[in-house]
Amino acid sequence: MDLDARWALHPQVALRPESFGALLYHFGTRKLSFLKNRTIVAIIESFPQHPDMRSAISAAGIDQSARAPYVRALATLADSKMITKL
Amino acid sequence: MTSMLERPAPPPAVGKLVDQFELGLDAPICLTWELTYACNLSCVHCLSSSGRRDPRELSTEQCKSIIDELQKMQVFYVNIGGGEPTVRSDFWELVDYATAHQVGVKFSTNGVKIDKDVAARLAASDYVDVQISIDGATAEVNDAVRGPGSFDMACRALENLREAGFEDAKISVVVTRHNVSQLDDFKALADKYGATLRITRLRPSGRGADVWDDLHPTAGQQRELYNWLVANGEGVLTGDSFFHLSAFGDALPGLNLCGAGRVVCLIDPIGDVYACPFAIHEQFLAGNIVRDAKDGMGGFQSVWQTSELFQELRSPQTSGACTKCSFFDSCRGGCMAAKFFTGLPMDGPDPECVIGNGELALAAAGEIPKSSVDHSRSGERKTPRKSVPLTLMMRPPAKICDENPLAGME
Repeated sequence: MDLDARWALHPQVALRPESFGALLYHFGTRKLSFLKNRTIVAIIESFPQHPDMRSAISAAGIDQSARAPYVRALATLADSKMITKL
Repeated sequence: MTSMLERPAPPPAVGKLVDQFELGLDAPICLTWELTYACNLSCVHCLSSSGRRDPRELSTEQCKSIIDELQKMQVFYVNIGGGEPTVRSDFWELVDYATAHQVGVKFSTNGVKIDKDVAARLAASDYVDVQISIDGATAEVNDAVRGPGSFDMACRALENLREAGFEDAKISVVVTRHNVSQLDDFKALADKYGATLRITRLRPSGRGADVWDDLHPTAGQQRELYNWLVANGEGVLTGDSFFHLSAFGDALPGLNLCGAGRVVCLIDPIGDVYACPFAIHEQFLAGNIVRDAKDGMGGFQSVWQTSELFQELRSPQTSGACTKCSFFDSCRGGCMAAKFFTGLPMDGPDPECVIGNGELALAAAGEIPKSSVDHSRSGERKTPRKSVPLTLMMRPPAKICDENPLAGME
């Protein structure tokens, strides 16, 4: 996962907020993902405001010591093309 | 959606998803939309007792308003069925309208309209999935259920799709006593057409109630089916419909939960909203999209979010003696519709309970409820007939409501 790059929701992906987090649906791959963590949702929603992934994560209040699980989750979303590097 | 669930689970977790889903969501994840009760076939097990078109069928404009509403609620895709949806003269117009409005379309068809031109058109679209129904891997087994000529018609459609370069069509099979031994053949058939196999459970819904005793898999076949799914489940879709089999051992992949009124529902051709596609009966009727638009809310949103029935389905359910069963966590009492249409109580076991409780309960079952919704073309329910060319009425449907039925929807 490139933390220095700018990221975005994939253009074919819709994000639907839910009480437990959000649903992501990729219209191209037909894949549905469940985000059960509101911080991840906030990070994804804030992508347009940040020049890179690192600052998007820290702006959500996640410091370096707590970053690893979030990076792993975001990398999973990148692997399934839910989010994309610009 | 069986094979599509992905669960990135970064801490801190919010709790099990299945618990969230039991409480229901503000909008369904997907829903089934039967566009018409008209059908050229008369399959003996038709879940919606289709055949004749209902004169109250929603107009093109009403359907488009529903799509607008689904877009607003972010319902990502609809499973369109019927009846045979492609016999609606505005079918392709509605498919195009949906995909242009961020509502993906998966439609089920017997293949009657999938000629070379249509196949080419479908191949050019990125957002449409096609599911061809076949209920036997040979014409003999298929046609006994779906009617003479229906196997060849379906294969022709699959061949046209393959030739046109349409990728990944689905072959949709309802598992019965007569085709459960053909599962490997179905897989081979799917491979032949570059398609994905989807198998689902036979429900005693619609005309299915008439043939359920003869067609539902025997206890031994249920085991066979479970073993096949464990061995071959990868790459085979199931619509999560076999969760009652999980009591044989490990839970099957997917959402092992009845989603009725919680994450799924059915919109029927006249705009009635039912808890699930297998529950066309007034007991599971939540409301009507045309009648129930209110307070600036479109009819669908209003029914989904405020109907009494759906509120009830989202509240904790009592599952009677089943809760004491060691397999309750994986089977959760089974399928609501299967119980209802075999005369079993809602808190009773599934009629196909693999522990055997279903058989005991069936022996003591009450009267079998019959749906008042029946569009069968004749009284000869158990004999599938040759396909008939349909002539659709061209006059607009009878007015259901003199007020603007879509009040509050732009």
